Amino acid sequence: MSKILVAMSGGVDSSVAAARLVEEGHEVAGVTLKLWGGAQDSGCCSVSDVDDARRVAQQLDIDHYVFNYGDAFTEFVVDPYVRAHSEGLTPNPCVECNRHIKFDALLERGLRLGYDAIATGHHARRVDTPAGVRLARGADPAKDQSYVLYMLSAAQLERLRFPVGSLTKDAVRDEATRLGLRTADKPDSQDVCFITSSDGRRRFLGERIDLHPGELIDEAGDIVGTVDAVELVTIGQRKGLDLGGNAARSYAVAVDTPRRRVTVGPASSLLAERVELVDHSWTVSPVVGAIAAQTSAHGSPCPATLTDRGELLWSEPQRRVAPGQMVVFYDGDVVVGGATAA
Amino acid sequence: MLPYLTDEFANPSGAHTMARRSRAAIEEARDLVAAELGFGPHDIVFTSGGTESDNLAIAGVVAATGGGVVCPATEHHAVLHPVEGHGGHVVGVTSDGAVDLDALSDALSEEVALVSVMLVNNESGVIADLGAVRSVMDERAPNAVLHTDAVQGVNWVDVAAAVAPADLVSLSGHKFGGPKGVGVLAVRPGTPLSAQTLGGGQEAERRSGTHNTGGIVALAHALVELGASRDTELSRLRSLRDRLADGLIDAIPDCSETVPRQGRAAGLLQLVIGGLESEALLVLLEKGDVMASAASSCASGAMDPSHVLAAMGVDRVAAAGSLRLSLGWCTEPWEIDQALEVIPSAVRQLRTPAMMGRR
Repeated sequence: MSKILVAMSGGVDSSVAAARLVEEGHEVAGVTLKLWGGAQDSGCCSVSDVDDARRVAQQLDIDHYVFNYGDAFTEFVVDPYVRAHSEGLTPNPCVECNRHIKFDALLERGLRLGYDAIATGHHARRVDTPAGVRLARGADPAKDQSYVLYMLSAAQLERLRFPVGSLTKDAVRDEATRLGLRTADKPDSQDVCFITSSDGRRRFLGERIDLHPGELIDEAGDIVGTVDAVELVTIGQRKGLDLGGNAARSYAVAVDTPRRRVTVGPASSLLAERVELVDHSWTVSPVVGAIAAQTSAHGSPCPATLTDRGELLWSEPQRRVAPGQMVVFYDGDVVVGGATAA
Repeated sequence: MLPYLTDEFANPSGAHTMARRSRAAIEEARDLVAAELGFGPHDIVFTSGGTESDNLAIAGVVAATGGGVVCPATEHHAVLHPVEGHGGHVVGVTSDGAVDLDALSDALSEEVALVSVMLVNNESGVIADLGAVRSVMDERAPNAVLHTDAVQGVNWVDVAAAVAPADLVSLSGHKFGGPKGVGVLAVRPGTPLSAQTLGGGQEAERRSGTHNTGGIVALAHALVELGASRDTELSRLRSLRDRLADGLIDAIPDCSETVPRQGRAAGLLQLVIGGLESEALLVLLEKGDVMASAASSCASGAMDPSHVLAAMGVDRVAAAGSLRLSLGWCTEPWEIDQALEVIPSAVRQLRTPAMMGRR
């Protein structure tokens, strides 16, 4: 039996995570993180989400706390997200929240409070290998969240539990229904939690940075159209580029925010043989050689080689990774590390 | 209050015998409350609690006069938010948490209709000098009325004397042993006030809605008991509080009181503990059966950074280590001993890093 603190968002996955730990006989407490937004916010950590988590904790007969990490969330997640967009990058705020909030601030606090481990409702598995504890893909391929957890070190994994990682999403919902939890039918969270679907990314960023209209140029340098806000364009994007009649086969292949220019080209121009990477993170120590690399949360892993400089060479040319996005390295189902595309 | 939750269930506004019995109980309660507060019986408006009383005072005076409103930045949100909502002026406080009378004076004019200053701050425990506030108002805002949120204060001062300079006084039953969901707004005769809840015209057309008979009766009796025991309780709690404060400051490095003890309510203690987040501390204190608070709870149950400490110039990182300990009529000396054992050991535990090699 361990003392385990479960991060409960008020969603179905973390509800069932808590329930499974209770059933396994652990001493469990729940905590909901207040990260953003007020009572009316329909994104994450609204009062109603906290109420849902509290009610589930009550049904499971465990203690429940609320921790306010609003300042840290703004500093480490929201501000960098906004800054990245102003620089023409494509950030992943979920990764930064995991890196700085859940698996740094919360993990540290939980351990200081005397808990042996922190659990979350992520769809990922913590596996024991002869070499030690590793992070592996969740059992439900459609819900696997190992990508956004690539920054976890073996030392952190020792102190983490992912109780629903071995279940499919359907099995999680069935379990919640069986237990009569009010979160059983709650919809999955979508996209960036601090941006409400009604306001959208454009309005959120527009209230924080200046958005600039830009020119679309082709690869020969000729102006072929316009774009409303160059800060909102992501490499590989096809929608929202005003190209007159030529839109069908054109993609954003380069974004130059200072000059307010987006280069468009055919799909073939998006192909790249290598990815420059920065800010590497390794489960144990740097890996060199053959791995499988995944460039988006639910993308397919593709064979590649990591050089001793930490650069990624694709075995076959792949679509370019937008700067700011994460590239995660796998050995089979096991995460060995990851980095940010430069 | 029990009879009014069971057999005596009649609506006090009714015309039959049972209703008259309920109504008589309310009128008796009105007499008792009026006497405790130094108001007349017809000046007492029963409400659903402190928040409604504060809102009625501010919105009611604004609606009746069209004038402006002013309050210090350390007010409870039940005052702060309506003042801001009515486009009012929020003025600063000193580092000791007292109303900055110069800043108040600068904010006042003949157009100001209401000034709201809480009698005792619920976080810092600072007792306001309403007489001094009134003097500034007489000079700079002769048309304004003075409202005081005495929700916390009623426990800690001779309330009738302290609120004598005020025209409007808010109370909440649950702060002095009465039930939740019942409060009072005391209104001096001649104070301009428009009702904000319209309906059956109860409370002399100032607050419609069926009376909470049991709650009103209980509030009145709790207030009378509070008045009868206040002096002896204050000296008892002051010595317990001083022992608690001295003991904690002695046992915990980098721990201090936020305001001087002089001019602070007897049973209230607010500390700032360095290198610590009190949100985590509360978890350990609870396990040690010490029920404490950090700033004030928000709707989600999370601890928001204290706006009171921010107004006093305490930076956010330091304010994150604030701890509020409140003593009351049920506090026993052994509980102080327990707190003195549990709190320093919890602080030591939380100051010890757990995860090596953190980013």
